[in-house]
Amino acid sequence: MLSQLYKNIARFRLLPLAATLPLLSGCGLVLFEPAGDVAQQQGDLIILSTGLMLLVIVPVMILTVVFAWRYRASNKEATYKPDWDHSTQLELVIWAAPLLIIICLGAVTWVSTHMLDPYRPLSRTAPGKPVAADVQPLEVNVVAMDWKWLFIYPEQGVATVNEFAAPVDRPIRFRISASSVMNSFYIPALAGQIYAMAGMETKLHGVFNKAGEFVGFSANYSGAGFSNMRFAAKSLTNAEFDQWIAKVKQGSEGTLDRAAYLKLEVPSEKEPARHFASVEPDLFDAIVNMCVEPGKMCMHDMMSIDASGGAGVAGINNVRELTYDKIAARGTGDMARWSVRYVAALCSSPLMASQVGPEPAPAKTETLRGLGQQRPDGASRKTADAAFHSPTHDLLS
Amino acid sequence: MASNLPPETGPFLGRLSLDAIPLHEPILIATFVMVVIGGLGVLGALTKFRLWGYLWKEWFTTVDHKRIGIMYMILGLIMFLRGFADAIMMRLQQAMAFNGSEGYLNAHHYDQIFTAHGVIMIFFVAMPFITGLMNYIVPLQIGARDVSFPFLNNFSFWMTTAGALLTMVSLFVGEFAQTGWLAYPPLSGATYSPNVGVDYYIWALQIAGVGTTLSGINLIVTILKLRAPGMGMMKMPVFTWTSLCANILIVASFPVLTAVLALLTLDRYVGTNFFTNDLGGSPMMYINLIWIWGHPEVYILILPLFGVFSEVASTFSGKRLFGYTSMVYATICITILSYLVWLHHFFTMGSGASVNSFFGIATMVISIPTGAKLFNWLFTMYRGRIRYELPMMWTIAFMLTFVVGGMTGVLLAVPPADFVLHNSLFLIAHFHNVIIGGVLFGLFAAINFWWPKAFGYKLDVFWGKISFWCWVVGFWMAFMPLYILGFMGVTRRMRVFDDPDLQIWFVVAGLGVAVLAVGVAAMLVQFAVSIWRRKELRDESGDPWGGRTLEWATSSPPPDYNFAVTPHVRDLDAWHDMKQSGVPRPLGGFKDIHMPSNTGAGIILAGICLVMGFALVWHIWWLAGLSFAAMIGGAIYHTFNYKRDFHIPAAVVIATEDARTRQLADVAGA
Repeated sequence: MLSQLYKNIARFRLLPLAATLPLLSGCGLVLFEPAGDVAQQQGDLIILSTGLMLLVIVPVMILTVVFAWRYRASNKEATYKPDWDHSTQLELVIWAAPLLIIICLGAVTWVSTHMLDPYRPLSRTAPGKPVAADVQPLEVNVVAMDWKWLFIYPEQGVATVNEFAAPVDRPIRFRISASSVMNSFYIPALAGQIYAMAGMETKLHGVFNKAGEFVGFSANYSGAGFSNMRFAAKSLTNAEFDQWIAKVKQGSEGTLDRAAYLKLEVPSEKEPARHFASVEPDLFDAIVNMCVEPGKMCMHDMMSIDASGGAGVAGINNVRELTYDKIAARGTGDMARWSVRYVAALCSSPLMASQVGPEPAPAKTETLRGLGQQRPDGASRKTADAAFHSPTHDLLS
Repeated sequence: MASNLPPETGPFLGRLSLDAIPLHEPILIATFVMVVIGGLGVLGALTKFRLWGYLWKEWFTTVDHKRIGIMYMILGLIMFLRGFADAIMMRLQQAMAFNGSEGYLNAHHYDQIFTAHGVIMIFFVAMPFITGLMNYIVPLQIGARDVSFPFLNNFSFWMTTAGALLTMVSLFVGEFAQTGWLAYPPLSGATYSPNVGVDYYIWALQIAGVGTTLSGINLIVTILKLRAPGMGMMKMPVFTWTSLCANILIVASFPVLTAVLALLTLDRYVGTNFFTNDLGGSPMMYINLIWIWGHPEVYILILPLFGVFSEVASTFSGKRLFGYTSMVYATICITILSYLVWLHHFFTMGSGASVNSFFGIATMVISIPTGAKLFNWLFTMYRGRIRYELPMMWTIAFMLTFVVGGMTGVLLAVPPADFVLHNSLFLIAHFHNVIIGGVLFGLFAAINFWWPKAFGYKLDVFWGKISFWCWVVGFWMAFMPLYILGFMGVTRRMRVFDDPDLQIWFVVAGLGVAVLAVGVAAMLVQFAVSIWRRKELRDESGDPWGGRTLEWATSSPPPDYNFAVTPHVRDLDAWHDMKQSGVPRPLGGFKDIHMPSNTGAGIILAGICLVMGFALVWHIWWLAGLSFAAMIGGAIYHTFNYKRDFHIPAAVVIATEDARTRQLADVAGA
């Protein structure tokens, strides 16, 4: 439906931007020629919004030049009315013109923001190609580390560093976190970006429509190694993807268990692509809960204790000199170097998956109104844990 | 860079040691040598020409709003040269670092440069410029003799200067923050930035923030209480109106910055966990809070310049401002709305679609009053007689440049578009488009417009035009490539690149900055040439442009007391109205004029505060405690200073005004 709107507006695209876009089309403007449906819609939205605004911007610029020339002091033929300073009709027009544009743009914003919410599962993989009810998205867990990217494929049970691949036309569902500082996970050819933050989980949905090799990177400055925090993002056919998984399974790095993760977490730059043949289950949940090192209380335990009233004064005694967050290790590793306080694990409850509640509903394509859409993260929020994992989403919405 | 671990803290020097001097950075050492040589030259010249006493008595200790205003402008100009040097270094690095080249800056140095560039340009260039401008013009426009709290004004200036000095010290002693200009945690926390860079950042901003907040209070009170009789709120000049709104924004938003930096300070110094990953901290809270200050801040910068453009457009079109009332209400709308949009700086943090849409649409709504303002300037020109002096040229350049920046800003307010453009060079191009095209162009218009008022002679037009064209052309050359690079998915704060196709755009942007550098140089030459040729450029009338507001009613430069007799205001364009209806200049009946006395307390207290900031940065606790006690003690001691005011005798006023009468007669006779 939205795409219908875009098609109607496509004429605009060619009108005001006709002068500039063809000149630039050859130079790799990935935002307008991406390889994924989500990024394509976002790129179209840029053009649509620009077109709408040019409706008022262009006349203003023309009027500026015309008035500046016509009413120059040396032009004695132009009317001169030094005391004319008010016209109610004109005032109405100059407030109404931007208002009308903003009403249109506001409507487009409301609808597109809901339809393209990164937390919402995809309802289509391309214009006119809805996702069948039985298609499960490819699940990928992403961890932004200093200064490299870790990708965990729970379905396939493998992990990679600085290399990401996905099959064409299969929806991808990213769960994103970080080991230390904030980064932003961004593959311009696939979809927009979303922040990666330690102790939290953000979500992103996207799909590749074309095979090819693209780039992904961090779009939020994160320290000295930031510039080289880039990875290959491969869009493969189904067969190629299976081959790629098989290759990863022969990876030389062995198993990504907690110990291997703590080693990986130590800051490093320009890491080559690395393949882990298998992954310890629940590792990603432990990362999100900031309890990869043994003996440290997981966030979900801490929150459920707090939710039931807290441990009281006794809780103070449970704070150990420890090292999760602190100093040079920039993560959880290398604990001996610096002493900091942490909360020791009290209970040995099994790690709770950070994904709780029902699977969210995809966007309903038959309605254009953002308002009637079900919240993408589902209505049910059973634990404090869940609220914690989804950042401002819950605090503000 | 030394080890990532924080240095040992000694009892006497704290963390300070010889290692803090960046001897391994040849660029810094060369800069340091040049600063030392230049500094010694200036100090030597001041001593040789026996200027120290003059500077101390007439300038450093002055409470005259005009001189303080000029000192703010000089501070802004000096810091601008530093910030611009940072910009050149970044452009050079990004144009070079391709094909495996690391460029010429390592990460430690480059990351400090982009942080310092942002901090300096906002806090120590734009803020001093607009504060200086408001300080100089507002009291004159409302027919006042000074601001409400003249000593506070002097103190505010020196606190701002102390903050700027602390930032400059970080260049040669230790390091500056490597966090980006808003120092997001957890990166800026003690864990990931254990060294002194972020501490310099915090204390420089806290010290300067005291000055900014106090100056905001001062100007609000001045505008509300010291207007000439007859000047109701709806007869205030538009520049005064926009200044009032900007200062309300300052007073309402800077405390948030102070609070959020104080919390970060506690995290770094005391080990609290407000913004850490662990133990219940939330970095997202910092990001929300800092933008609750940060978004109003951009309107603090642009609103006074909107006022400047209104004054300039009306004066040089020889016409009343079109739609004064809607201009005022538009300003008030912008002031209020600027508090409701902060979240658009981080749509990508994962807020829900409804939250993102709300903030996106609220942002777009701001463009309605802004658009109305633009139309108002347009219809001020309509049926006018436009004289193309330099201030008007800058205004036209602003109108054509700013609309593009406004458009890209609204585009960034559409959340799904922001997901692909956030943190990209498109964003960089956008805010430079509005800050250079709006704030700087406005400042240049203002400097060319009011220079004759401040100094009694006009600025040289030839060099002014060279500067104008270099700035306009250089701006587009430097930032259009950044818009395009943003569409290519290139993110900000990158030090090295691996896609060779991008290089050509960075080279073009670099050339643009070279053109801008010519523009900056031409402007300095313009000032120098004008000072040199000041006799030829002399304006005796005090009203060289056919001005409309009260500042043009006095001599240029105005006497210490601004107005011998407080004017009575009957119309919006008070001075224009007086000229039209032939209100005679008062020639008699002068009385003694009550004036505030100069005092050294401001510079001394701010100097002690600078020492305290330095001590806190380096954990020199005894010195921090001592200087804090000295500052409080000094402030209390100053309250016992009863020599706060004096009277300019009527005889002196009569002599000054008689000289002015003869001067005006000469102008009329000539």
